[in-house]
Amino acid sequence: MTDNAKAARNKKISHAIMMLILVIVFIAFVFPFILVVINVFKTKGDINSAPLALVGSHGFTLDNFPNAIKKMNFWSCFKNSLIITVSATVLTMLFSSMAAFVIVRNKWKACALLFSGMVASMVIPFQVLMIPLVSLYGATIPILNSRITLIFMHVGFSLSMATFMFHGAIHTNIPLELEEAALIDGCSRWKTFWSVVFPLLKPTIATVAVIDAMAFWNDYLLPSLVLRKKEMYTLPIAMQVFYGTYTTDIGLILAALLLAMLPILILYVFLQRYIIEGVTSGAVKG
Amino acid sequence: MKKNTMSYKVKQYLIFAGPATFLFCAVVILPFVYGLYLTFTSWDGISTTKPFVGVANYIAAFQDAAYWQAMGRTILYSVISVILVNVVAFLLAYMVTSGIKGQNFFRAGFFIPNLIGGIVLGYVWKFVFNRAIVAIGQSLSIGALSTSWLSTTNGAMFCLILVSVWQYAGYMMLIYVAGFMSVSKSLMEAAQIDGCTKTQATINVTIPLMRSSFVQCLFLTITRCFMVYDVNLSLTKGEPFNSSVMAAMHVYNQAFAYKNYGTGQAEALILFIVCAIVGVTQVYIGKKGEVAA
Repeated sequence: MTDNAKAARNKKISHAIMMLILVIVFIAFVFPFILVVINVFKTKGDINSAPLALVGSHGFTLDNFPNAIKKMNFWSCFKNSLIITVSATVLTMLFSSMAAFVIVRNKWKACALLFSGMVASMVIPFQVLMIPLVSLYGATIPILNSRITLIFMHVGFSLSMATFMFHGAIHTNIPLELEEAALIDGCSRWKTFWSVVFPLLKPTIATVAVIDAMAFWNDYLLPSLVLRKKEMYTLPIAMQVFYGTYTTDIGLILAALLLAMLPILILYVFLQRYIIEGVTSGAVKG
Repeated sequence: MKKNTMSYKVKQYLIFAGPATFLFCAVVILPFVYGLYLTFTSWDGISTTKPFVGVANYIAAFQDAAYWQAMGRTILYSVISVILVNVVAFLLAYMVTSGIKGQNFFRAGFFIPNLIGGIVLGYVWKFVFNRAIVAIGQSLSIGALSTSWLSTTNGAMFCLILVSVWQYAGYMMLIYVAGFMSVSKSLMEAAQIDGCTKTQATINVTIPLMRSSFVQCLFLTITRCFMVYDVNLSLTKGEPFNSSVMAAMHVYNQAFAYKNYGTGQAEALILFIVCAIVGVTQVYIGKKGEVAA
């Protein structure tokens, strides 16, 4: 056998082994989700007696879903989560790109101070800020229990990272000549930013949007501290409360879990490429 | 329009960076400073006065045995999880960049746990551990599987680590994949022409060049594991007998359940400092030996 043929055969064998490992790991990765899906269509008794059976002895049932939707107040929570995620993401993108623009293009002391403060603050975990946050805005200035407060807090916490990323993008990718040309043509700084710079930042905008929207949608700790009223609950808070209330009714719990996961999984099917690219470039730059 | 006047500068700054500066100060800087102040007061969360107590909160924090147990547990959990997450993630990245069929499908699949928040993930796994694995154990009559792992002290810890590895491996895999892709193929080929086997070339050429990926993944996993809260809350809730309360959960309970805001904040700061020292040291050591291609 020639060396080439031998190498090709070795490659084939190693690929076959890797494929086997990958398939096994993949099944292990999706195993919990599969279990949820097969059990959600069973009655409570069937889940308890045989959680591994594909179909329960009492047959297929859809009852868990309408029950869970009603008891969890799913649509109201979904709406809250959506409003909060979308507004906070949009505001983060606007505020951070604007701040990054003025920081990159001017050598003012205030800009340097703001930027170094932001970069330094990126290491501070939320757990260090949550207690003073609650005592400041819960007691001293009582503005908790409002979706708007939560939106602005989300924005405030994610600004540093987003500004840092826009700073890098403007610094390396936006030619100064382009802006100067617009200025000479009579554009104001404001107009130059929106019509020349902002459109060129699209890749970074996508990255920031993906990272922040996922973080906002899934966040539990901050919303649970800010939103205490039932009608303001986001999906993670509702899930936490729901589990506490209906622990024994496992069919309902599974339906609620599946409902909580579905929106983002559906989105992932369509935007998979962007999400993976966004997360990767965000992680590597940050 | 004069560009050098102070009023022009102030106006420009406020227009562009005003909202960001305001929110950043209101949400990050002010609470951080106020938090430092809180550690020197004893506040119960209700009264309007915050009596000044000096360093009593720090003394209380250092004497809080439950806190240091939680801290020790968090360090143990973090060490094991960080190592496992990175080993699994690296191996997965290696396999899904080897030109195997369906590698994009696998990459997308392994990332799925990261799409879903810790609360939901924790409850999904709670179902798996409490029902499914027990059912397997009972039907095959395997003793170790027929009671829920979550009901024993070591079992709960093991479950937390398992879920963390499952949760973060896909994310770290993406960073390692980017690392693998950034190492140019010609270097690998050159090494192989010089007589390296593929494994040797990976160990001696690719891995040293991927050093920044390792530094990055380690930093991300260390900080996340130290601050774990969501999965801790939903999966074990600190049970059984408070044996799986991690440091962040202890801080939360100290402040919001037992109403010791000052002590809680002091403990949060200590946790942050420990985490920052570990994280920054790791980055420092990692960057020092970085090689450029």
